Amino acid sequence: MAKTPVQFTLNGTHRAHFVDGGANLLDVLRREVGDLSPKYGCGQGTCGTCTVLINGEPHLSCLTLAESVEGKSLETTSGMANGPDLHPLQRIFMESFAAQCGYCTPGMLMAAKALLAGNPNPTREEVIEGISGNICRCTGYEPIIDAILQAAVELRSGRVA
Amino acid sequence: MIAVETFPSIDQASSALTGDAIYLGGGTLVMRALNYGEQNFTRIVRSTDPTLKQIAASGDRITIGAGVTMAEVMASPELSFLAPVARNVGGPAVRNMASVGGNLFAEHPYGDFTVALLALKGSVTLNGGGEQEMESFLSSRSGFTEVVTSVSLVRPSERDFFWKKVSRVKPKGISVMSIAAWLPQSGGRISGARISFGAMGATPLRAKSAEAALEGQGLDQSSVAAACAAVRGDFQPPDDALASGWYRSEVAPVHLRRMLLGEGGR
Ligand SMILES: Cc1cc2nc3c(=O)[nH]c(=O)nc-3n(C[C@H](O)[C@H](O)[C@H](O)COP(=O)(O)OP(=O)(O)OC[C@H]3O[C@@H](n4cnc5c(N)ncnc54)[C@H](O)[C@@H]3O)c2cc1C
Ligand code: FES
Ligand code: FES
Repeated sequence: MAKTPVQFTLNGTHRAHFVDGGANLLDVLRREVGDLSPKYGCGQGTCGTCTVLINGEPHLSCLTLAESVEGKSLETTSGMANGPDLHPLQRIFMESFAAQCGYCTPGMLMAAKALLAGNPNPTREEVIEGISGNICRCTGYEPIIDAILQAAVELRSGRVA
Repeated sequence: MIAVETFPSIDQASSALTGDAIYLGGGTLVMRALNYGEQNFTRIVRSTDPTLKQIAASGDRITIGAGVTMAEVMASPELSFLAPVARNVGGPAVRNMASVGGNLFAEHPYGDFTVALLALKGSVTLNGGGEQEMESFLSSRSGFTEVVTSVSLVRPSERDFFWKKVSRVKPKGISVMSIAAWLPQSGGRISGARISFGAMGATPLRAKSAEAALEGQGLDQSSVAAACAAVRGDFQPPDDALASGWYRSEVAPVHLRRMLLGEGGR
């Protein structure tokens, strides 16, 4: 069966790919584009590790029809660092043990980035709500919540990574 | 492989929705079925028609396009009374995808948003202009083969609308049950009570005995006690992994009382 062309920007770079009918965005990002930062956990919307930003908003790439991102702007964790400098969220996650096995981390970072973009000064409850679609089996969540709150302070103060 | 057909107008999508095709809204349920090889379709039909995203108020009713997402409901000042309902659907990423139209078809225990639409005298508009009242739509939705373009509902005053979702996991969890009530009052008496429950049957259902117990009464301890006693007879809830039918029947009056009297507790 014929493949369908899809064009989008990924972390600021224009991309054009041919996708299989019914392919989900996660498969296309990992297999066609080669961006391995979004992970496959469940394929049913439950774990959140496949979270990517579409036009700045978090979406589950495993449940997103690849063709539906035509013309849209996508962000993944691969695009967070600025050259050798990690994004403050990445650095603080690393420094404060908010990542253990790291499997949930790409999704957590995406959810956190979207949260702080819309709400630079979230309460603890708002952070919990912001990552409520992301499951972590290692950390018990507390270090992740603390890291996001700490990153929010740093980002508000304008300190660059 | 699946064939995907994307149309700029709902009319075209509607004409293509034949045979083994399925309509795709936000895709949270359709794509999940596809990922697990559980699909009973070979074609996906979708539409980019901007009217699917419209929200329009007229008189005492408001119309919401079927493609409006839960996040868009939360962001709409005109739909502020529905924000707590939309906020209770999934987590932030699900809410950016889950559509009002898809929620109409979501099977037990999903369909929280539709529970609120049922209480708010909702109706479903089909492509071509036909309109179906929510209760009759829900009772026949399994054989549905058309495109829903929008839903319409009353705009309640804040005082008259009640909502509660009961789940085991906070802040995001699947419904043990969800409850909505629209209790318009005139001269201190309830007139036209509508109470609906989700996850208490195959589709969202009205609690007609509880409604009858409130009709013509003031909203107070004794009328609420009568409604809570009556609600036990309204449903034969199913067993599932979240709760047994027996448990659901036992706790339904408790949660109805807490919702109507604004009492705390989960
Ligand atoms: C992790 C997760 C958590 C969830 N949590 C909740 C929750 O808390 N509460 C809840 O209610 N639901 C929940 N859901 C279920 C689901 O996301 C929602 O019910 C959502 O509103 C479904 O909408 P959709 O646009 O994604 O549907 P789709 O997957 O696009 O479609 C679902 C069905 O509706 C049909 N359909 C969609 N739009 C139309 C239309 N305009 N006309 C005709 N048919 C149409 C489709 O053909 C399909 O049969 C959850 C799902 C996931 C994956
Ligand atoms: S892989 Fe997408 S939510 Fe788990
Ligand atoms: S760090 Fe292992 S799942 Fe979160």
